[in-house]
Amino acid sequence: MTSSPATPSQSGVDENLRKALAAHSRPSQPNPLYASRTFVWRAMIGFKHAPEQVGEAIVMPFMFVLMFTYLFGGAIAGSTGEYLHYFLPGILVMTVLIMTVNTGAALNSEIAKGVFDRFRTLPFWQPATIVGALVGDAVRYTFAIVMTIGLGMVLGFRPDGGVGGALLALVILLVFAFSVGWIFTTLGMVVRKPESISNTSMMLLFPLSFISNIFTKPETMPGWLEAVARVNPVSHAATAVRGLLHGTATASQIGLVLLVSALLTAIFAPLTMYLYRRKQ
Amino acid sequence: MDSSSDFAIETSKLVKTFGDTRAVDGVDLLVGTGVVYGLLGPNGAGKTTTIRMLATLLRPDSGTARVFGQDVVRDAAAVRNRISLTGQFVSIDEGISGHENLVLIGRLLGHSPAAARSRASELLEAFDLAESVGKPAGQYSGGMRRRLDIAASIIVTPDLIFLDEPTAGLDPRSRNHVWNIVRALVAEGTTVLLTTQYLDEADQLANRIAVIDHGRIIAEGTSPELKSSVGYGALRVRLRDHERRSEAEQLLSQALAVPVRGAGDPAVLFARVPNPDQVGRALAALSDADVGVVEFTLGQPSLDEVFLALTGHPVAEDSRKEEVA
Repeated sequence: MTSSPATPSQSGVDENLRKALAAHSRPSQPNPLYASRTFVWRAMIGFKHAPEQVGEAIVMPFMFVLMFTYLFGGAIAGSTGEYLHYFLPGILVMTVLIMTVNTGAALNSEIAKGVFDRFRTLPFWQPATIVGALVGDAVRYTFAIVMTIGLGMVLGFRPDGGVGGALLALVILLVFAFSVGWIFTTLGMVVRKPESISNTSMMLLFPLSFISNIFTKPETMPGWLEAVARVNPVSHAATAVRGLLHGTATASQIGLVLLVSALLTAIFAPLTMYLYRRKQ
Repeated sequence: MDSSSDFAIETSKLVKTFGDTRAVDGVDLLVGTGVVYGLLGPNGAGKTTTIRMLATLLRPDSGTARVFGQDVVRDAAAVRNRISLTGQFVSIDEGISGHENLVLIGRLLGHSPAAARSRASELLEAFDLAESVGKPAGQYSGGMRRRLDIAASIIVTPDLIFLDEPTAGLDPRSRNHVWNIVRALVAEGTTVLLTTQYLDEADQLANRIAVIDHGRIIAEGTSPELKSSVGYGALRVRLRDHERRSEAEQLLSQALAVPVRGAGDPAVLFARVPNPDQVGRALAALSDADVGVVEFTLGQPSLDEVFLALTGHPVAEDSRKEEVA
């Protein structure tokens, strides 16, 4: 059933095109680090073309900081200054949590559009696509965190942990966000539309954020709710960030967040990749 | 080439079902190297699903598929080293520029950033995309996006390229551009598997054509072979005076020895013509009887006609299901 190769009309083919098509030699396969760095680079140039994506990152935390400090701060903590001191570190955790949803939604929409089809037929270390996207998003997280701390300081927030404490808090926030990000990349693989990720995620993230120690101390809650708030990993993250910013963090507080992050990554990273490979 | 096989593609009883739909229902293909092979069929016929299995993106439910002798499931990595896919929907990142898109793929193939950049520039030049180099790809026209998409597939010229409806929705100029690229690829020794809904596209480019419907190959051969199985084409005649239509109908059916049908327009008549030589005689018969003809066309058989001839049913509404992406 084979046929002899065609004799395509050579006249229609220009010299530039012919030369460009003569690149048959294949470079050796990139290593996982290089492939991941390439995806981080892609995220960076994406931000360069659409800087508003980074700018949008501060809308939610700014709104929450202003609203909660001035509307509820007095009622919850006695004074707005007191409350800002307690609540600002926690809002940083909530901010990165909500931003991780975008990573999953963006992934889902790119897969739906077919952008990933080409990646999946290229012979490189496939997790690089997602690792790179998550690491690239760290730029947005960092921007939101720095700006929100800045806003807090304008409003009177004074972190006793100093610059060192703030930098460590930033690191903990990024590690936590990276690990939570895998939950939403997993979700990004199973749902059909990016919008359903946003909806599902909000149903998950609002209770997780509010039933924690981000906004109020758990001991003010009914016993059963207090129990939930105390085991909530979001509370542990908020405690560690608060401790680092105020210079009171203990090794066990930090260790607990790292442990939770390691666990989340260990479960959801392989799950994401399993679903990614099987995605049809 | 270390091909352990004489064939670029060999499939045997390939099956893929989605729920109750047998998207691909026992496809046997044999594609030689260095040719353009056309997979012709309507939406939902199973073209995309077949290609996705061959490109290692979908796992067949049963049957086997080999690319250059390598199994697409067991030796997926080896297959990926020889192929490129240009999907039905343009798979470029619309948020970054054309140049950046090509650099991205170049780096993922293992090029250094500098080598990827120079290769990207070379391809943009060759594909006539150089002037819009910095614009986000989302602002490109349909033809430019398609060319960029193909360029991304040939950063390393593959041994086999899958082009899934590469000219769907393009204007004639952009379509010609894509056709030239396909011809240049084959000239370089690449095997091309092309899907299309257009018979004339398959006709222009493909050495061999498989016609696919409801997940099955219903005909296979060269374009002339397929056409001879369908008849030459359709004669369409517009009369000056529609009152003489029944007279004209009689004359035509006598001269052509086939049934003649009317159309919505009372002055227009259609007939399927088995042999083009009869057309002259038929028109002469009309002129001898002084039946005025203001317009006539002898068209190539359309895909619908191919289908009608091969399957006995037209490209049915129920086969126009959404192709599984």
